[in-house]
Amino acid sequence: MSILLNRNSKVLVQGMTGSEGSFHTQEMLDFGTPVVAGVSPGKGGSRHLGLPVFDTVTEAVDATGADTAGVFVPPAFAADAIMEASAAGIPLVVCITELIPVNDMIRVRAFIDPRGTRLIGPNCPGLMSPGERAKVGIIPNHIANPGRIGVVSRSGTLTYEIIQALARAGYGQSTSVGIGGDPVLGLSFSDVLQLFAEDQETDLVVLAGEIGGSDEERAAELIGRGYPKPVVGFISGRSAPPGKRMGHAGAIISGTTGSPTSKVAALHHAGVEVADTIEEIVELARERLGAAVSS
Amino acid sequence: MVAGRTGPREASVKLLEHQAKERLRGVGIECPTGRVARSPQEAEKAAQELGPVVIKAQVPIGGRGKAGGVKLAKTPAEAHDAAAAILGMEIHGYSVPSVLCEEALQIVKEIYLGVTVDRDRRSMVVILSFAGGMEIEEVAENSPEKIAKLWPDPFAGPQPFEIRELVLRALEAVGGDETLPKGRYLAELVPVVQRLFQLSQQLDASLCEINPLVVTQSGQVIAGDAKIEIDQNAEFRHHDLVRELGPDASAATSGDDPLEVEARRRGLTYVHLGGNVGIIGNGAGLVMNTVDLVKQQGGSPANFLDIGGGAKAEVVKQALEMLLLDPAVKGVFVNIFGGITRGDEVARGLISARDELGLTLPLVVRMTGTREEEGRQLLEAAGITPAESAPEAARKIVDLVGVQGGA
Repeated sequence: MSILLNRNSKVLVQGMTGSEGSFHTQEMLDFGTPVVAGVSPGKGGSRHLGLPVFDTVTEAVDATGADTAGVFVPPAFAADAIMEASAAGIPLVVCITELIPVNDMIRVRAFIDPRGTRLIGPNCPGLMSPGERAKVGIIPNHIANPGRIGVVSRSGTLTYEIIQALARAGYGQSTSVGIGGDPVLGLSFSDVLQLFAEDQETDLVVLAGEIGGSDEERAAELIGRGYPKPVVGFISGRSAPPGKRMGHAGAIISGTTGSPTSKVAALHHAGVEVADTIEEIVELARERLGAAVSS
Repeated sequence: MVAGRTGPREASVKLLEHQAKERLRGVGIECPTGRVARSPQEAEKAAQELGPVVIKAQVPIGGRGKAGGVKLAKTPAEAHDAAAAILGMEIHGYSVPSVLCEEALQIVKEIYLGVTVDRDRRSMVVILSFAGGMEIEEVAENSPEKIAKLWPDPFAGPQPFEIRELVLRALEAVGGDETLPKGRYLAELVPVVQRLFQLSQQLDASLCEINPLVVTQSGQVIAGDAKIEIDQNAEFRHHDLVRELGPDASAATSGDDPLEVEARRRGLTYVHLGGNVGIIGNGAGLVMNTVDLVKQQGGSPANFLDIGGGAKAEVVKQALEMLLLDPAVKGVFVNIFGGITRGDEVARGLISARDELGLTLPLVVRMTGTREEEGRQLLEAAGITPAESAPEAARKIVDLVGVQGGA
């Protein structure tokens, strides 16, 4: 199995007819993802990439039974798109869009939380379950490698680096989840860790955090209370100066909050080994899992 | 100034005090009468009109008082001299273009009131403390027991009963406060909190702060100082505001690192770090890690520059151009892992930029991802050899540039 996404998922893409939406929906299809529909207000009734396009998410759900939404719409419309998917009863929404106003995301959380919708992102690469040949988002197809490591990260490209480094050592992933680089997100590290804890096909979790906020500290608290699987930690932005926003809206050390030392210390305290480099992530994984069984 | 709070690269637009107070008045929160002066003569005139005034430097940064940017003037002549002393003064890197001349208040109590983002709760938070007059971080870090918080529903806003409970909790937190009767505090603060929250939503503010919220000798509750920061991601909804900030908006950037100001003008996500290895990458996490790698190899990163997702050839060229504006840069490390970014686009941008800029500095390129084969072929054909891995590339560039002593 995997978490959140598998071969039986039915994915719809909001903003599928746009240029990014088109490019990445095609990549998702090429990967084998069961994409069933697109949603573009005003373009309902047409077809794109061989798929039916609907004006609303509700129409798309009624017609196709979609249960997962990928959001590729511009920042000004993204909050609305997420809420539309949630209101239509979609249980999992993955928002790739970056630069969404933080107030919009706060409203989104207030809207979707009571409806039980799980949101991944925004400002994230999405998620991929290689063994299930399913992905929603922009993680490159060619780095996919089925296996038994769960990866959860705040970054996009850094996640790809980690996946590739693990692949070179013979380790694949059950599911990789990029939770996003914004200050106000959907799923947190802790949420994803809990899902990996219950997944029978995940033997170890790589948690790649970065400076800013205190999600890593929260995750460390969760692990410290007793986590059933080994976790390897990594924190990027260790040489970032305080007060400087390092690209991600959420990657900033404010006063004493969000510093790499605090995160590393919290993880250590919870018994998590923290790698200094990506290569070390692979070494630590090998120590915990034993040599990779070539697949 | 509290370290880290008001760093120059906050992704927000900071309003000056007088601009923020204009917004407060707009939603019905009382502020002292004031005039903006750009010369000692204008300050003198304001004092003639208003009587005793406080002259306050208009800079988008805290700690003005300690830096000498706030002076009391009892007479127009004193106002003239105070303005003459403050105008043009440098406060934490910001030169003062104007002063706010405001009627002096008879302060008997200072309260802290702020609306900001609570990342952990994924919510806005209203913060109230009767131990006022401090910076929000000081309150939160040094005396968290003296503050009360409310996380309102973002659609409904804080309800009067919630605010009454907040006020009562805040009073209890300091063991009560007798400046005003409890009933008066409840009656005065409910509308102020509601209006401040409403304003924060209208403006997409990441921070709306009244500190201090003053109780005067006559029992009036009035905003002593105000700070508003608008989320840069929401600028598309506030073009009018950004335009209106006009000449003073330049004050908001004058204290910044000139290279960072230039990068912002070019639309690049750039942070100046002061070393000699120029760094370009795609994706914030990867660039952060690239900076860490260069440092781990004993090198000294010159900057953080994220060309972002879907970067096109032109952006790559602009990025390289940007790095070369920094005279300290002695070599460039380009680290691209393509997801949304295409290798061939990056390669084309690099080659044309190198050729057009006549780049002679060492250039180490590490590239992978979507269309990496095409990208690599393009680079090789142009005489640039890509490095296999990021750590290898980091070692290479540090070797080529040399370890900077002590940096």
